[in-house]
Amino acid sequence: MTYKKTYEEINEKIRRGEAVVVTAEEVIDIVAEKGYEKAAREIDVVTTGTFGPMCSSGIFINFGHSNPRIKMKRVWLNGVEAYTGIAAVDAYLGAAQLPETDPENKVYPGRFTYGGGHVIHDFVAGKRIRLEAVAYGTDCYPNKKVDTVITLNDVNEAFIFNPRNAYQNYNCAVNLGERILYTYMGILRPNLGNASYSTSGQLSPLLNDPYYKTIGIGTRIFLGGGIGYVAWNGTQHHPNVLRGENGVPKVPAGTLSVIGDLKQMDPYWLVGLSYIGYGATMAVGIGVPIPILDEEILRYTAVKDEDIYCPIVDFSEGYPYCKPIDLGFANFKELKSGKITINGREVVTTPQSSYPRARQIANILKNWIKAGKFELTQPVQLLPSADADIEFKSIPTRTPNGLFLNGNRRRD
Amino acid sequence: MKNKVVCYFSAAQSEQPIICQLIRNYDLIVNILKANINPQKEGYLVVELEGDKGQYEEGIAFLKNLGVIVEPLSETVVWNEELCIQCGACASFCPTEALSIDRDTMIISFDNSKCVVCGMCLDCCPTRAINLHFEVKEAV
Ligand code: SF4
Ligand code: SF4
Repeated sequence: MTYKKTYEEINEKIRRGEAVVVTAEEVIDIVAEKGYEKAAREIDVVTTGTFGPMCSSGIFINFGHSNPRIKMKRVWLNGVEAYTGIAAVDAYLGAAQLPETDPENKVYPGRFTYGGGHVIHDFVAGKRIRLEAVAYGTDCYPNKKVDTVITLNDVNEAFIFNPRNAYQNYNCAVNLGERILYTYMGILRPNLGNASYSTSGQLSPLLNDPYYKTIGIGTRIFLGGGIGYVAWNGTQHHPNVLRGENGVPKVPAGTLSVIGDLKQMDPYWLVGLSYIGYGATMAVGIGVPIPILDEEILRYTAVKDEDIYCPIVDFSEGYPYCKPIDLGFANFKELKSGKITINGREVVTTPQSSYPRARQIANILKNWIKAGKFELTQPVQLLPSADADIEFKSIPTRTPNGLFLNGNRRRD
Repeated sequence: MKNKVVCYFSAAQSEQPIICQLIRNYDLIVNILKANINPQKEGYLVVELEGDKGQYEEGIAFLKNLGVIVEPLSETVVWNEELCIQCGACASFCPTEALSIDRDTMIISFDNSKCVVCGMCLDCCPTRAINLHFEVKEAV
């Protein structure tokens, strides 16, 4: 019978300051030296990390009330609009939101200097933020306008709630066309001028737990420099995809939705980004601890860059127009070396996600756990895994004519 | 030909329609990249001049005759380590390895002495940590 540990046993060791915690990089060498079985007995937790652009991110804020009270119809933070179709002084500011004054791609390629991600970065840094709101006024909420300056300390709650983060694997983007492309994968030079990729590979959370055996709803994580939790699977979570023999998906697969209190986070780990010709977004730092419950879980965490592959996707025609163009797979070790070979040609690689910061996150999380400051949580419920029957859907093309006949507002 | 120059001028010169004359009399395309004029009306202009070689030289001679000090523009690239998130994107655009990645640690560094100010790295940086810096003297 193989050796097993429980969450409670691991937490007990954390509380005693005896837990053996290593990063997802360090575990590779330990396994090479001691073998899986011995390493699985010795190691209690493996920490992971990732720091890269994650557009599907944002914060919920409750501003508290003005006097007289207001039911905000529209609200702006430093000129960037937040969604307020919820309760009176609640709003959601998305990382990719742009101010109405941004010229966008009218002057191509647009520069997108300041957007939602930059506001969030400034807000968590404690900077003063201009708050403007308008309303139509009601008997209970008579105020029609607010124009003031706030800081993070002034609001009741501010918490991150990111619908899709920590993508398990991601496409490597190239440009087969004749002109330069400005994309969310950065600048893609024409005629296979470069290959852009975005994952932290052997350090990446979901590549170290490919079947989500330990990461699930309620998992406590490093989020934006503070503590957060996995709230749900992320949007576009698509676990039943092509996988290698090691279980690692070879295409984009699982995702996480995460939540955490912004007031204990750090601007160093939430950074506004401007992608030329594409838009604004935010780099988010996430680290997930993986409890080594048994040897199988340890095996997953010992995955190496050379065992991780991602598909090469053309962004001139293939991706934007959903055309299947087979360019094969890129290996993460080669991507990190700075050059890969596509169709017999050597192509330079452009990283988008920060490997040094991913490593820093894994180390910070390791130190928190070793210091007894961070205990592991058993998921309340696991995420749908490879055996789930999830279909990846697109917007259907249908004719809306006649939809409102007979007062029937329901779609089919 | 096309060239970038810095023109330092005094109050008397700044009253004259210099730019207008460069365009009209020497048929030059003038692109003002940066201008700084103090309340005493002294200052500098960073301009890109484009036109026929002969006329370009005559235009420069015209400026110098007026007492305007004309110097070639020295641009440098400044890498702001504080803003940099170490993604590494810029290194793949740099032709001289002035921006380079240590492949063991994946840490990026900038070596100013290798930089040829080609500008290839400027647009790709998502944190705008790399900037072009015009070197202009403080006082004339
Ligand atoms: S300006 Fe050119 S040479 Fe200088 S760092 Fe940027 S890409 Fe490299
Ligand atoms: S692209 Fe910008 S943020 Fe990324 S490594 Fe280069 S300087 Fe740093």
